[in-house]
Amino acid sequence: MRALVNPTFVMRWSTRAVPWLGGLTLLLVAAGLYLALIASPPDYQQGDSVRIMYVHVPAAWMALFCYTCMAAASAAGLVWRSPIADLAAQATAPVGAAFTFIALVTGSLWGKPMWGTWWVWDARLTSVLILQFLYFGFIALSHAFDDPARGQRAAAVLALVGFVNVPIIKFSVDWWSTLHQPASVVRLDGPSIHPSMLAPLLVMAIAFTCYYVWLLLVRLQSEILNGKIRALRLRQAHG
Amino acid sequence: MKPKHRRLTFVIIGVALLAGAAALVLSASRESLVFFQTPSEIVAKAPAPDRRLRIGGLVEEGSVDRAAGGTVRFRVTDGAATVPVSYVGILPDLFREGRGVVAEGRLEHGVFVADQVLAKHDENYMPPEAAESLKRSGYWQHMQDQIKGSKTGSAPAAGSGGQ
Repeated sequence: MRALVNPTFVMRWSTRAVPWLGGLTLLLVAAGLYLALIASPPDYQQGDSVRIMYVHVPAAWMALFCYTCMAAASAAGLVWRSPIADLAAQATAPVGAAFTFIALVTGSLWGKPMWGTWWVWDARLTSVLILQFLYFGFIALSHAFDDPARGQRAAAVLALVGFVNVPIIKFSVDWWSTLHQPASVVRLDGPSIHPSMLAPLLVMAIAFTCYYVWLLLVRLQSEILNGKIRALRLRQAHG
Repeated sequence: MKPKHRRLTFVIIGVALLAGAAALVLSASRESLVFFQTPSEIVAKAPAPDRRLRIGGLVEEGSVDRAAGGTVRFRVTDGAATVPVSYVGILPDLFREGRGVVAEGRLEHGVFVADQVLAKHDENYMPPEAAESLKRSGYWQHMQDQIKGSKTGSAPAAGSGGQ
């Protein structure tokens, strides 16, 4: 545990992993986009509009996954006062916010031709919009204090409080009547999506996950280096 | 107790209390969190004509009637109750008989006068060929019945599965 949160250790193995993760991400995105946009069949009801789903659904999953990671890292930062955990939460927030934004925009683009509206205030859409604001709030709050440690602590509390929204988003379509359709993949009686469409969806989901881990490591590295530079400058100023 | 453990206890208790509070608030405000009401609920409550509301269900097979002047009439059903809807305007692409729909408007003398009609897509995704073979094998009707019966338990099979 000690070793895992040691900045030097993190630097060493992430430097080795970053190029591989970057290459893997590129490969998977290329394969996923080919499968999703060209090789997979159109839907029997939606026609080619179904292809929006291959970006929308993985982005929405990542929005929830990133938030969960951010909340977990925030909890670790609060409890164990681990600087690496705080940095990981800080590094995750903009990535999760971007995935949420992509999910909202692609969902809206799909909603207009399929539902007949860009936006409705149903439980699923509204709770995802709240998730977007939680991400923005986290980013704003962590920069709101002169002392970065105080800002990070305040933001970490917000991340934990906002975590109640994650299960609400997931189960909103089961608990309340919504315009948004219920889950097609993660459900008790197996996926209700044809294997020829499930495969590209899963490839895209793995690609997005690799992309997140890759970005997280790159951002962690630069934050660790930033911290070292700050420490050196401080020492120079005092020396 | 080490400070580390004290902080951990704080975080766990805090999150648990928060989750409990959220669950209470959400279950208390169920009425305002639902996006639409089913035909059964609307028939049972018989809301006043000045109340705007949304009705959601399946477009009954064979009920769509496009009159001159752009008025569309159809019936929305959940298998147990059926409410007639009238609407003037453009219907969304996915508006189909036997499929999900959400209409917003007012209930006037037993007829739901809608000013917006949205298609509700279901969670089934498949290529056209797969849908064809499902129809041929007779599994389609089973699936349609499942969709209809999901809220009401048992539902009569209305019409044939195909369009």
